Amino acid sequence: MYVAVKGGEKAIAEAHRLLAEDRRGDPDVAEIGTDQIASQLTLAVDRAMAEGSLYDRGLAALAIKQARGDLIEAIFLLRAYRTTLPRFGYSAPLETQDMLLRRRVSAVFKDLPGGQILGPTFDYTHRLLDFDLESPGEMPDAESFDADVVHGTVPRITDLINNEDGMIEPDVRSDPEVEPDDLTREPLAFPADRSLRLQALARGDEGFLLALGYSTQRGYARTHPFAGEIRFGMVEVEFFVEELGFAVTLGRVSVTECQMVTQFRGTPTQPAQFTRGYGLVFGQSERKSMSMALVDRALRRAEFDEDLVASAQDEEFVLSHCDNIQATGFIEHLKLPHYVDFQAELELLRKIRRGQDERNAAQEAAE
Amino acid sequence: MNKQHYNFAYLDEQTKRMIRRAILKGIAVPGYQVPFASREMPMPYGWGTGGVQVTAAVLGRDDVLKVIDQGSDDTTNAVAIRGFFKKTAGVETTTQTREATVIQTRHRIPEEPLKAHQILVYQVPIPEPLRFLEPRETETRKMHALSEYGLMHVKLYEDITRHGHIATTYAYPVQVDGHYVMDPSPTPKFDNPKMQRMAALQLFGAGREKRIYAIPPHTEVVSLDFDDHPFSIQQWDRPCELCGARDSYLDEIVLDDKGKRMFACSDTDHCERRQSAQGEARHG
Repeated sequence: MYVAVKGGEKAIAEAHRLLAEDRRGDPDVAEIGTDQIASQLTLAVDRAMAEGSLYDRGLAALAIKQARGDLIEAIFLLRAYRTTLPRFGYSAPLETQDMLLRRRVSAVFKDLPGGQILGPTFDYTHRLLDFDLESPGEMPDAESFDADVVHGTVPRITDLINNEDGMIEPDVRSDPEVEPDDLTREPLAFPADRSLRLQALARGDEGFLLALGYSTQRGYARTHPFAGEIRFGMVEVEFFVEELGFAVTLGRVSVTECQMVTQFRGTPTQPAQFTRGYGLVFGQSERKSMSMALVDRALRRAEFDEDLVASAQDEEFVLSHCDNIQATGFIEHLKLPHYVDFQAELELLRKIRRGQDERNAAQEAAE
Repeated sequence: MNKQHYNFAYLDEQTKRMIRRAILKGIAVPGYQVPFASREMPMPYGWGTGGVQVTAAVLGRDDVLKVIDQGSDDTTNAVAIRGFFKKTAGVETTTQTREATVIQTRHRIPEEPLKAHQILVYQVPIPEPLRFLEPRETETRKMHALSEYGLMHVKLYEDITRHGHIATTYAYPVQVDGHYVMDPSPTPKFDNPKMQRMAALQLFGAGREKRIYAIPPHTEVVSLDFDDHPFSIQQWDRPCELCGARDSYLDEIVLDDKGKRMFACSDTDHCERRQSAQGEARHG
């Protein structure tokens, strides 16, 4: 019985001991190192960092190890750690055109300044299990690794199209005088502005956004999207230091940026032009950044006078349910004892049944 | 846990100050849901993060903490939360209602009347009593501001037409100080009358939903009802089998697969105190 009359404390300690045992697994097999996770399970680390809202590969690897590979549990560990850290400010906007590119593809032009760079991708691989990986093999050729990093400014697709008379809506530059809202420091209120929405989506559950983005493609608030550009690489994070009067570089983070270009017919007051959805995620996650861009665009329905017809356009629905740590906590809390309320419902059910029986009996007697 | 790494009662002082501001606002506007910047706690959302943050914000070094879940000090989650504060705040803990200065609870109000020096902290899953009638926050906030509670009365009325009585057994809505309709958290309606003019301060924390609300001491708290269908609480046709109490909320404990049941107090401290008093009376 999990509601031990006494001894709950002992049972919990014992459960945690079993957990530690299962985490370690077969003692005859070498223990996995966090360095191995950090360097070989990089995409798991990326996801944990992105949804954990904490850029630290080492901590993410540790969280994944501690969570036995359960990424939502790992994200939870990172979030709980992150919340104890002091916040000393916010960075200057990332300049993604200056990204050290490892990958950059555009689906809307055959070729474009900066070129198409395939980089490390699962795309075009045949999804056949590679049994050679079962045993340690040779190192892949190291030479090719650095060669595909492109230095220097590579303009983003949206800047390129924009030269042509506003065919696409322009970038919105945030006012440097106004401190951006922080989802993790202030309670979310509705309606939320776009920067808050993007914050929520950036840390939102990949699976949830994937399904919502997919639903827009299948006609639930269709936006006719094109993958304008997807780029992945390292960008510098700059921080403006008041005392110095200029921005200093704090370090580099790897991010995936997706610019979806979507159709828009225009209104009597607005010219017809392409509109945009935006996705930005820590690490390499094209699936997440693309989904995010689709949902971002769907959520902008009020700006373009689009009817609210689907969940993906509904700000309260999306933002209230995209956080997997909130969702998993509330779903799993059903495991906690609820016997007091269950008792109340049981009594009510009996009372309703008694009422029914009495009515039936009275009816029978009358007949 | 390394003590140097975490502040007293886990949260940093800035965060506690933010929570205390929300609490003070809540006390000033009884029953109003104050948004607050709920933190990610090292326990899951839905497992008492709101209550834990409120407790962390009001706890002082001299406080004596009691944590109950379903009325019991020994349920798994109560044990975990008590352990959390023992570890991070080093405060004294107790299972006795009368010795505690701060009581964090999930789903029950202790049977023993609380006193002015005590604070009762409720864990709240869904703070919005209108949520299941109107899912949109933008709408429900408006309804509260205008005291527009017709929807709730219609719901209760529909219960009566269907069942002959109001079919809400827990999280039974109350009206606080003549204005805000409030969710008392999923306590059984049996506990609602205890909230009325309670001498202790009642604080409610909903972590996932980022809301805090409060009932100051001696505040009018009325359970919604109709003149011809007055509010009533659960009753049992038998006493607690362990202590004989006739006025406490009873758990039904299944003893075998042949329908054998036992009824016993859900408030374990109340039950134990009554049992030991009876033991003393017998031996004395």
